[in-house]
Amino acid sequence: MSTDLTAGTRADGTGKGPSGRPAGTGPGVGRLILDGLRGNMRQYGMLIALGLIVALFAVWTGGDLLLPRNVSNLVLQNSYILILAIGMMIVIISGHIDLSVGSLTAFVGAVAAVLMVEHRMAWPLAVVLVLLLGAVAGAMQGFFIAYLGIPSFIVTLAGMLLFRGLTEIFLKGQTIGPFPEGLQTVSNSFLPAVGPSTDYHNLTLVLGLALMVFVVWQEVRDRRRQREYALDVPPVGLFAAKLGALVATVLVFTLLLASYKGAPVVLLILAVLLAGFGYVMRNAIVGRHVYAIGGNLPAAKLSGVRDRKVTFLVFLNMGVLAALAGLVFAARFNAASPKAGINFELEAIAASFIGGASMSGGVGTVLGAIVGGLVLGVLNNGMNLVGIGTDWQQVIKGLVLLAAVGFDVWNKRKA
Amino acid sequence: MAGPVLEMRSIIKTFPGVTALSDVSLTVRAGEVHAVCGENGAGKSTLMKILSGVHPHGSYEGEVLFRGETCRFKDIGASEKRGIVIIHQELALVPHLSLAENIFLGNEHATRGVISWDRTLRHAAALLRRVGLDEHPQTRVADIGVGKQQLVEIAKALAKEVKLLILDEPTAALNDEDSGKLLDLMEELKGQGITSIIISHKLNEIARVADSVTVLRDGRSIETLDVKAPETTEERIIRGMVGRDLDHRFPARTPHEPERDAAPALEIRDWTVHHPIDRHRKVVDGVSLTVRRGEIVGIAGLMGAGRTELAMSVFGRSYGRYGGGTVLKDGVEIRTRTVPEAVGHGIAYVTEDRKHYGLNLIDTINRNISLGALPKVARRGIVDEHEETRVSEGFRRSMNIKAPTVFEPVGRLSGGNQQKVVLSKWIFAGPDVLILDEPTRGIDVGAKYEIYTVVDRLAAEGKAVLLISSELPELLGMCDRVYTMAAGRLTGEVSRAEATQELLMRHMTKDKQDRKGTKDMREHA
Repeated sequence: MSTDLTAGTRADGTGKGPSGRPAGTGPGVGRLILDGLRGNMRQYGMLIALGLIVALFAVWTGGDLLLPRNVSNLVLQNSYILILAIGMMIVIISGHIDLSVGSLTAFVGAVAAVLMVEHRMAWPLAVVLVLLLGAVAGAMQGFFIAYLGIPSFIVTLAGMLLFRGLTEIFLKGQTIGPFPEGLQTVSNSFLPAVGPSTDYHNLTLVLGLALMVFVVWQEVRDRRRQREYALDVPPVGLFAAKLGALVATVLVFTLLLASYKGAPVVLLILAVLLAGFGYVMRNAIVGRHVYAIGGNLPAAKLSGVRDRKVTFLVFLNMGVLAALAGLVFAARFNAASPKAGINFELEAIAASFIGGASMSGGVGTVLGAIVGGLVLGVLNNGMNLVGIGTDWQQVIKGLVLLAAVGFDVWNKRKA
Repeated sequence: MAGPVLEMRSIIKTFPGVTALSDVSLTVRAGEVHAVCGENGAGKSTLMKILSGVHPHGSYEGEVLFRGETCRFKDIGASEKRGIVIIHQELALVPHLSLAENIFLGNEHATRGVISWDRTLRHAAALLRRVGLDEHPQTRVADIGVGKQQLVEIAKALAKEVKLLILDEPTAALNDEDSGKLLDLMEELKGQGITSIIISHKLNEIARVADSVTVLRDGRSIETLDVKAPETTEERIIRGMVGRDLDHRFPARTPHEPERDAAPALEIRDWTVHHPIDRHRKVVDGVSLTVRRGEIVGIAGLMGAGRTELAMSVFGRSYGRYGGGTVLKDGVEIRTRTVPEAVGHGIAYVTEDRKHYGLNLIDTINRNISLGALPKVARRGIVDEHEETRVSEGFRRSMNIKAPTVFEPVGRLSGGNQQKVVLSKWIFAGPDVLILDEPTRGIDVGAKYEIYTVVDRLAAEGKAVLLISSELPELLGMCDRVYTMAAGRLTGEVSRAEATQELLMRHMTKDKQDRKGTKDMREHA
């Protein structure tokens, strides 16, 4: 309750607002930080949790977690879940759920294998066809959900069974491989080495530097804009500290990757997806409409939002992303297997909720999905390194999910 | 007649920010049918919620005496144990369970947790006979009509050995025939010694079944009248319901003198809407009306008159099933079959239920304001947040929305400020016709005045305003003309000069039989 922040501007009978009023005196710094934290508790909370988990395992594994090789692996191992989590987050923001993505991932891998391995199709063409297939699969489910009004839980549960079955039919129960080298490169290789020979991977360093510049530029621009609207901005010291932390994180990550083989290609794909979908969800009309239908469907309808079309597009998009994840996964293991993608949907859903989605829709960010996915990824990787069995890993991941959402519920009740 | 069975003395009930009941006393004699009437918001439902324990003892001031004993109900169960049963307007039946299961829901004939179907069915059959419902006890509730469902509710009450039966607007959703049956049953139950309280604003119904009537107004009990006494006329009751002075709560308005030759900005012709589920029921029946530019036109009506349903149906068929009629904008017929179509033709509907239909409470002020017209702050599908913030900041100032910034979630604002956000949203959409549905419901007097000022300004700018309101003073204070609706039909059109609260209320409480003689065909599809 921040009612005492409210500027006291009582109506003066005529009902006309005061104009040209100077901005109110800012509240105390500590108060500001607290308010800011509370407002973004879920995001910051999970970032902090991610930091703590990384620190914990870094110590526990005697530094192995942060070995350049392992960091590189971490990205590769989790790339497909992160791709799915981006799409899943959008589905959940729109107030729906998609249980079919694990099976769809497997199905797409199977079709890709049959096309490339059995029919010797050129891999770029096969990739396009397979992404289209994902779009069609997503569109079908989206049609049933948006236009026929069948609950998404049911439609995608059916899809989960259907695509799993089709995968086995397509593969005739066999594992098919290997994939053409071109495709393998996308999933397993690193950016090419260029420039003079240093101890580091040059291109990765350049990209990291570009990212740092971009982050600083954006933060500074945001701050200036907030100033323009006479909003209270955090004091310079605090702002600098935040910038420093961001830059340091990017720098460490860059150096870690650059001192091994450089940035993996999939990391670049992920970065593009994160930036692209983040931008769409934040700045595009269609993104706004997704938040609106998830936040309050009747109100969105009465505001003229074409809710069915938006829902349809959300599922179509999920289909494409599931296809992409399917390709990355199949290429990484260099084979399509009937058992691929099992439980991927649950991992993606868990990542979204850990990353700040709400069961009732309307809340969440694409960045949150990535953070949630990384929390799970680091947990997996760290627990593997210290030798915790998969049995206990599941128990711990379950508890983390429960704790993350429980914390959010508790935090909301208090606010 | 016998002495009082129920006495409620000086009841005061406040909610945060609102006083719902400021001083209400109600005395009901044993064995009578006692009517309670008053405008929407007069406090009828709150009073009944106190009596039935929905608002527990301790949450209100005053005293409730039932059969001579002070009542300290902590929940509904406690009041039911004493024989006080309330039947709400929205029936509390489980559609997929049988009549028998519903009748004994929460009150099962059971031995150690196992239901005795034999006793259940026998007892249910007896109760159904008693309320005159000829249905098998194993029929599903979903398979019988609303009128019969109402009787099931009464059977359910009888199963609890009801001593005092409270019916909240029992005939609001019923057709003439079912209403008649229900009223007959009430008289029959009276013969069996059951006291009832009926909340109703249909004065002919009150005249038919009630022995006495208590009038509530603005959270006070005004008077209790003997219905059978010759001096208790409908006029007399209406005077009690509305008799309230009009102080200066409205901006001084120069009534609009429209150019009669120009086509009205909005014209609705012969609009009919069917209930979304009960398709034989006409919720809006052949309504025609006009609104000119610069004019504020009111629609008066009591609960269930069909005003909101009319507005939402015209606005993109957002309610019920379309049953005929046309909409004209500036004399040209337009299509308003979807919300984007309606908005595209310059129509805006500001809902009465801002929390459910108006706002995304978890989102910020600026995003709520822009949602109705995002393309206006966007280029090639990308929202210009700079522009969006500038626009909403402008509304925050001009509408005097009390919030530190436009980045505040609307869920944290007070009702009045939320209403200003909804209004801003639709003003931003730039409509020619604004349909305002209860724009001042549940907000304090200061905010009301500000909203009236805005509405007045919109009309002065040449917009056509259709104002739906349950508050007669608001309609009298703001409108150039007022239409009245009752039971889905237009029952009158009154100019500003001739409008009085009494006249409006008379039109609003007209029931079907009063209106024969007009070119009125009876429904029954």
